[in-house]
Amino acid sequence: MSALYSVRGLVKRYGVKSVLEGIDFDLARGECLVVLGRSGTGKSVTLRHLIGLEQPTSGSILFESLEIVGRSERELQPVRRRVAMLFQGGALFDSMTVFDNLAFPFREHRVCPEAELAGRIAALLDKVHLPGTERRMPADLSGGMKKRVALARALALEPEVLLFDEPTTGLDPMTSASIASLILATQRSTGAAALVVTHDIALARRVADRIAFLDQGRFRFLGTFEEAEAAPDPLLADFLAGREEADDVA
Amino acid sequence: MRLLAALDRAAEEAGALARLGARAAAGLFTPPFDFRAGIEQMDQIGVRSLGVAGITTVFTGMVMALQTAYSLPGLGVKYYIGTVVSKSLVRELAPVLVALIVGGRIGSGMTAELGTMKVTEQIDALRSMAADPVKKLVVPKLAATLVMLPALTLLGDLLGILGGLLIAVFQLDLTAAFYANDVISSLTLEDVVSGVGKSFFFAFFITVVGCHNGLTAEGGADGVGRATTNTVVLASILILVSDFFLTKLFYLVG
Repeated sequence: MSALYSVRGLVKRYGVKSVLEGIDFDLARGECLVVLGRSGTGKSVTLRHLIGLEQPTSGSILFESLEIVGRSERELQPVRRRVAMLFQGGALFDSMTVFDNLAFPFREHRVCPEAELAGRIAALLDKVHLPGTERRMPADLSGGMKKRVALARALALEPEVLLFDEPTTGLDPMTSASIASLILATQRSTGAAALVVTHDIALARRVADRIAFLDQGRFRFLGTFEEAEAAPDPLLADFLAGREEADDVA
Repeated sequence: MRLLAALDRAAEEAGALARLGARAAAGLFTPPFDFRAGIEQMDQIGVRSLGVAGITTVFTGMVMALQTAYSLPGLGVKYYIGTVVSKSLVRELAPVLVALIVGGRIGSGMTAELGTMKVTEQIDALRSMAADPVKKLVVPKLAATLVMLPALTLLGDLLGILGGLLIAVFQLDLTAAFYANDVISSLTLEDVVSGVGKSFFFAFFITVVGCHNGLTAEGGADGVGRATTNTVVLASILILVSDFFLTKLFYLVG
């Protein structure tokens, strides 16, 4: 199967601070790759590069055969129509109702006439188990509900790739589990590829076809969850088991 | 070295402001036009600034009348109150004071709004959905400010002259007809055009500075706070400095 995304030698530095030191991976159609790593290791930065929200210091990102690096905002538009991102806090437009938030991608790209919007939006809200919330404002929603509305918005244009930035951070375990189910269900029903950035091991175990472990700007491990558990890497083993850092213990 | 670095940063900032200004100005003439957003912004920027703009100019007109009459008592200046008040208000005080007061209000509002959207990733969300934040957010604000600030300035002219009238009639024992006659005979169309003309430039500066600082805000509530303060300072300085050059320009042209 041909890769949807191929990332090679991705390096990102902010001034003298180095975040990514050469990331390589492929994302196949329909695959779910979970990037694990400690806070502040550049997981979200990696994700943001994939739709050109950040430009790398060097490296290459191919979406199908299109090079994303160095493209202008206008040139990135076709890619952004096919790849949707779910932001960490949901990033719902807080001046708009849930309905207008979900209508935004449809209106922006003139996908359908205004009259069809209500039906389409109701269907999206059903998918994320929040029927009847069209008139609510984002400020009136709980953290988990915001993420689900944001997921519905991300699904609006039937993307081929879904990028999830910490989809369960700040949520209780039960809500996290329901988000994980939603990710799985979405992937199954739409066949979209997913790239999930998280430090939630339980989520990774449930949804990942493959996991990558990001440490000091590089993928220290890339393979299936079972391979990760069998890998002779003490840091990865500590991370998966949720043990304290050796430095901290001493 | 530190001076060089500061100059470098200032030049970079000026370049970024100019780029945003150019993109927003181009956006004014490229479809699609979001009229609904423009009208909403007009309400927020213009209609809700009526109070502050009105109070500022009425009292400035009153003070101008008092100062002129009392500071030069022996010269009979009181009979030229209408001329002094209307010329100084229409050419200078109304455009600058309205821009400073209203600009502080709306410029900081723009920075706070866009800055909050930036730090909560809403700007990134817009970009990720292949929408252009400049077209979507900056252009309606620019269009609304370009309409409303000159309108408020015109209204300020009128209210300031009325303020002068109150003092002329109730403090200086002139008749309303005398004052009005003085105003009408001295005020020219050039005076009005030069004053309102300035306010178009001020509107542009306020919007570009306010939006730029919002779109580049970083670091949570603290960063948005700093960006907002920066907007008020930078917009005020731009208004006052450009006012000098614009005054020169309008005297050359007019």
